[in-house]
Amino acid sequence: MSATPLLELRGIDKSFGPVQVLRDVAFSAHPGEVTALVGDNGAGKSTLVKCISGIYPTDAGEVLFDGRPVTIHNPRDAAGLGIEVVYQDLALCDNLDIVQNMFLGREKRSGVVLDEPTMEQLAAETLAGLSVRTVKSLRQHVSSLSGGQRQTVAIAKAVLWNSKLVILDEPTAALGVAQTAQVLELVRRLADKGLAVVLISHNMNDVFAVSDRIAALYLGQMVAQVKTTEITHSQVVELITAGRSGNLGLGAGSGNGSEPADATPGALR
Amino acid sequence: MTTTAVKKDGPAAVTPTPAVADHVRNYIARVRGGDLGSLPAVIGLVVLCVVFAIVRPVFISAANFANLFTQGAAVTVIAMGLIFVLLLGEIDLSAGFASGVCAAILANVVSVLGYPWYVAVLAALATGVVIGLTLGFLVAKVGIPSFVVTLAGFLAFQGVVLLLMKEGTNISIGDDVIVGIENGRVPPAVGWLLAAVAILGYAAAQLLRHRNRAARGLVTDPVAVVGARIAGVALLIGFAVYVLNQERSINTLISSNKGMPVVVPIIAVLLVFWTFVLNRTAYGRHLYAVGGNAEAARRAGINVDRIKISAFVICSGMAAIGGIIAASKDRSVDPNTGGSNVLLYAVGAAVIGGTSLFGGKGRMINAVLGGAVVAVIINGMGLLDLSSGLKYIFTGAVLMLAAGVDALSRRRSAATGTR
Repeated sequence: MSATPLLELRGIDKSFGPVQVLRDVAFSAHPGEVTALVGDNGAGKSTLVKCISGIYPTDAGEVLFDGRPVTIHNPRDAAGLGIEVVYQDLALCDNLDIVQNMFLGREKRSGVVLDEPTMEQLAAETLAGLSVRTVKSLRQHVSSLSGGQRQTVAIAKAVLWNSKLVILDEPTAALGVAQTAQVLELVRRLADKGLAVVLISHNMNDVFAVSDRIAALYLGQMVAQVKTTEITHSQVVELITAGRSGNLGLGAGSGNGSEPADATPGALR
Repeated sequence: MTTTAVKKDGPAAVTPTPAVADHVRNYIARVRGGDLGSLPAVIGLVVLCVVFAIVRPVFISAANFANLFTQGAAVTVIAMGLIFVLLLGEIDLSAGFASGVCAAILANVVSVLGYPWYVAVLAALATGVVIGLTLGFLVAKVGIPSFVVTLAGFLAFQGVVLLLMKEGTNISIGDDVIVGIENGRVPPAVGWLLAAVAILGYAAAQLLRHRNRAARGLVTDPVAVVGARIAGVALLIGFAVYVLNQERSINTLISSNKGMPVVVPIIAVLLVFWTFVLNRTAYGRHLYAVGGNAEAARRAGINVDRIKISAFVICSGMAAIGGIIAASKDRSVDPNTGGSNVLLYAVGAAVIGGTSLFGGKGRMINAVLGGAVVAVIINGMGLLDLSSGLKYIFTGAVLMLAAGVDALSRRRSAATGTR
């Protein structure tokens, strides 16, 4: 783990009309670590991710990437910084093969002609680099893959572009036990390769199996961001459902909950 | 995770070149999994040809073989354009009368106004492009379902043709170049030359691809399969050119009639060009992507609206070429050009050839194979002297069969997990 976070958010506010969805949120993701982002439905996880990936503009707050303040206006800015999001519904085309999907919208070409051999080679290298050995042929249609394999392709697509931060939105939500283990192992490997990984999940087992840090959102506020080793299963559940647990969360420490990150043990700063 | 679904081969990059037997086995597995491709069209074509040849031996004469090409040309070209729209899961019901409008413009420019043929052809193509832009804009930007937009177009263009034809007169075309498209013949020697160029070009493309991939250590088709493919194409082209170069005139003292119709190389060029666009360019890739999952395509940064509009432009542009061919065949344009069942035959050709009505699946060769099936049906039933009632019923049944095969193979592929 390194001292400066790859991505650091400070005081992020976001409202949709009269509804304030994010309130003074602080969040950080470190290279080489998996940061689990947890929270109940409507806590603001997806909104936070969309702010990071440039789909929503933020109302207030600063974003630091690699220690430099940046502004992310649209998904292209995010991609330019090296931020890739793997969405829950995968966004793969069933009628295209693995290579075609991985390069969709960013095809390599020589002149007007697609450079298929180069793309296939790069795809093979990326998958090999992730130690993925479960796909038989790179030229099989995505429709013939299992859920876990599809998730693998979606993740490989995200890391193909030398991305630095990969955000995974519930990657295991629709998977069986074996496939979940397969994807979690891949998530771990991404972090071990030095990427910063943000994992959104509802599943506490997954979170504890793979994450280094846990960030808990409660009604739009970041109530805790702690090391996974310093928190228990039931404490996380309490943070998610009640916003506080013991000396963690809302009302703990400084007492007003406005800077929850400072109030947490093993915190970022 | 290496315990769940590990295949012995490991990642594709290190898989050794599969043997011919594997290749055949893979193909059979694909077909059984519901990925039929053009197989039903090929089987249908063979069955129909055999049946018609037995019942009416004149069906397999050289003269009739040439007729098949000229009769099927317009429908095939319109079907080629329709495939672009069908790939997106959309439909263009107006393509038939769009070709009529373009043919009417052509006839007016060349015969009534007396401009040279190339001005007329350009005017017809431009008309097609404008029609496509309008349809595409209404579908992509305004958001009206393509079924409704093109149904409205179907009615409106019918009216436009009537107006352009001054309420029902027909305009004959005397221009040699335009009439020559369907009625002219390529000299036999030139025909062989074109065939040689086509075969060598295909072989070069196949072998280059094979060498390129092998040099990079990627999975390649076995050399035997590549060779068989080249030999098959060479045989097919050679046979067609040989038959088309036979003397078709009954009395050679009056006139000689041999060589392939000019429209054959035109269709071949269109086929190669659009196949290249679909398979080898980013545009083609994006077209398939939008047809497969528009949301995924949008997230990948593809301009979905632009792809949709372009597909309608290509469709209507190809309909214009189809209209020009139809005008050439009849040597005239009347209010029914592009009307009656031209559209249904074209949609039928695309679907019979293996293009899915559900989007995302289809190739250019589908239009040619399906067009051939349609041409054989029309031609064969003409030889059988069936009543037009029976012809309609039979054609409808074939189209329903093709759409049924499409739907069933989709269900099968959904069940087996392959496409």
